[in-house]
Amino acid sequence: MERRTSNRVTGVVVAAIVVGMVGMSFAAIPLYRAFCQATGYGGTPKIGLAAAPGGNGQTIRVRFDANIDPGLPWTFRPDQRDMTVTLGEDHLAAYSAHNNVNRPMTGVALYNVTPEKIGKYFHKTACFCFNQQVLEPGQDMSFPLSFWIDPEIARDPNTANVHDIVLSYTFYEKLDDAAKSGALAKAGPHVGPAATTN
Amino acid sequence: MADTTHDHAHGHDDQHDHKPGFVTRWFFSTNHKDIGTLYLIFAVVGGLVGGVLSEIMRAQLQFPNNHIVTDGQQWNTIITTHGLLMIFFSVMPALIGGFGNWFIPLMIGAPDMAFPRLNNISFWLLPPAFLLICIGLFMGESGSGWTLYPPLSNATYESGMGMDCTLFALHLAGASSLLGAMNFITTIFNMRAPGMTMHKLPLFIWAELVTAWLLVLAVPVLAGAITMLICDRNFGTAFFDPQGGGDPVLFQHLFWFFGHPEVYIMILPGFGIVSHVISTFSKKPIFGYLGMVYAMVGIGVIGFVVWAHHMYLSGMDVDTRAYFMGATMVIAVPTGVKVFSWIATMWGGSIEFKTPMLWAIGFLFVFTIGGVTGVVCANAGIDEVIHNTYYIVAHFHYVLSLGAVFSIFCGFYYWIGKMSGRQYPEFWGKVHFWLFFIGVNLTFFPQHFLGLAGMPRRYPDYPDAFAGWNYVSSVGAYISGISTLVFLYVCFKIFTSKVPVADNYWGEGATTLEWTQTSPPPFHTYAELPRIL
Repeated sequence: MERRTSNRVTGVVVAAIVVGMVGMSFAAIPLYRAFCQATGYGGTPKIGLAAAPGGNGQTIRVRFDANIDPGLPWTFRPDQRDMTVTLGEDHLAAYSAHNNVNRPMTGVALYNVTPEKIGKYFHKTACFCFNQQVLEPGQDMSFPLSFWIDPEIARDPNTANVHDIVLSYTFYEKLDDAAKSGALAKAGPHVGPAATTN
Repeated sequence: MADTTHDHAHGHDDQHDHKPGFVTRWFFSTNHKDIGTLYLIFAVVGGLVGGVLSEIMRAQLQFPNNHIVTDGQQWNTIITTHGLLMIFFSVMPALIGGFGNWFIPLMIGAPDMAFPRLNNISFWLLPPAFLLICIGLFMGESGSGWTLYPPLSNATYESGMGMDCTLFALHLAGASSLLGAMNFITTIFNMRAPGMTMHKLPLFIWAELVTAWLLVLAVPVLAGAITMLICDRNFGTAFFDPQGGGDPVLFQHLFWFFGHPEVYIMILPGFGIVSHVISTFSKKPIFGYLGMVYAMVGIGVIGFVVWAHHMYLSGMDVDTRAYFMGATMVIAVPTGVKVFSWIATMWGGSIEFKTPMLWAIGFLFVFTIGGVTGVVCANAGIDEVIHNTYYIVAHFHYVLSLGAVFSIFCGFYYWIGKMSGRQYPEFWGKVHFWLFFIGVNLTFFPQHFLGLAGMPRRYPDYPDAFAGWNYVSSVGAYISGISTLVFLYVCFKIFTSKVPVADNYWGEGATTLEWTQTSPPPFHTYAELPRIL
């Protein structure tokens, strides 16, 4: 019958659209990732710009923050409270850690940058995060890091009003502890020598 | 195979047409009217269970420091289940499965739906889904909120099987809606009576057609997102887990790509019903028919490009928020076209305030309030303050709990005589309306104040400062609860009534094809197709 055929055709077309939409929802995953990497959307830091382009005279203040997971008996503090940073220039800062117990301890540091929206303009060329750091009993250790801030931060209307950036490091005994506290999800990416995760 | 069992105990009515026996008729049903009836009964059951949950919530929130709900997880499960039940197991079955199945074939002059057996599966997927949702509720393990956001819904924070049951229930309910939508689209495209062009379709049919398209395009995305969530929970994938390279914000995008069209899915059929009722009781054709049609199409299309206004605080940049804010506000234009056309239809009409008309005017009132607060919420700047407060709760209950539910009752009182062959008691219908109208406004209007004062949603308790309006809101909820008992009494009166009704009991204002049939219509209608001039 004619009607039966045309019903079938319409039904099959609509069913194909349903299948297509399911496919689209899965295709959204690689598309979304590509979109985020291309635009820095959602705070995805842009990786690849290794060297600072040179200063343009504008400055921004970076404050340093240090935290220790309660499970790790260390003392950890920044060597400088804050720093006035020239946009586009490479800067060097350092943190210090001290092992308070009389056995060797291993720690892993994570970091994040606040406000999150400037993540894509904050470039680190070297840091000590994600690497296992071993401190002997009572040992002191200095952890240097080098970074630069993209001058684009002053031109982007979303970030032009940011005059203070907080760089925060936290040491955990294991990455698992960091994952449990939710800090791993918010941490910035690894830069520098290959990471040793456990 | 056509069933040939003729049960004469059930089969004698005015038309002398033969209905199959009870089990065959109701369990293996392929008749659009019977399936519509099943959907409507199901929607009443879903609505009653969801309603009991809301009464529990308002009882808990009546005073600060109440302990009716004993712990936070139980509370979270109750709000989650309330939301899911009302959306998937009450509003959608009533407006789409119930009235849609009943009146699409009757109004376009088709003998039945295009795929009657698909229609049967589409209904019978819902009861198991309902069962699974209830398992999630009673195990107390699905406390993610109806939005199901990971990490709240992932294996770390909802490790129990109850959450999987809830997710699977949504899969079944989604499959049910999709099969229904395919059936609706095919029926409306291919089975219209000779002479009924697309621009002569009754507005209710247009509303169901746009709704069906929204379902076809939106629900598969929910199905995809839920499948990924189930895999993340049980099979070690990391679609939404940052530790494995996933992103929880992606779930929010997928969910709201479905979720925003979903709110139009719930309200568009109501637009259709209200259009017919206002036209019938004003004894005038609807004002601006084509404008009404394309306003619905416009709302459906724009509804797909505004989803991220639910996620202003998820870390989007200013330009993205500006786009979603502008696009969202654009929806106020076609919606305004509809509201003004309804008012223009009443203007100068010979208006009769029968119960369905009261519900239709009540719908206009509450839906317009909800629409106005919607424009307020659409502002990304204002949303930073009112996001996740009771202002949002008040807003979406004004458009859904009030708007969509008013349109369901509107359709119920308008068509129950046609569907059952027995008329509702006018007095008790009006009592139901006024009690419900006062009750729900008392419940939800004060929640605007609570939200603006900063009361966050989804908590089982609040500081003393919010006590006053919460008390008022709870009293309103009890009044709405009483009105629901009145509704059940109305149903009892209808089904015990012995007074038959005429074919077209609303008279000259009711002009669509279903009024040419007897009340109730014979088991098989349109053996001979009507011709539309």
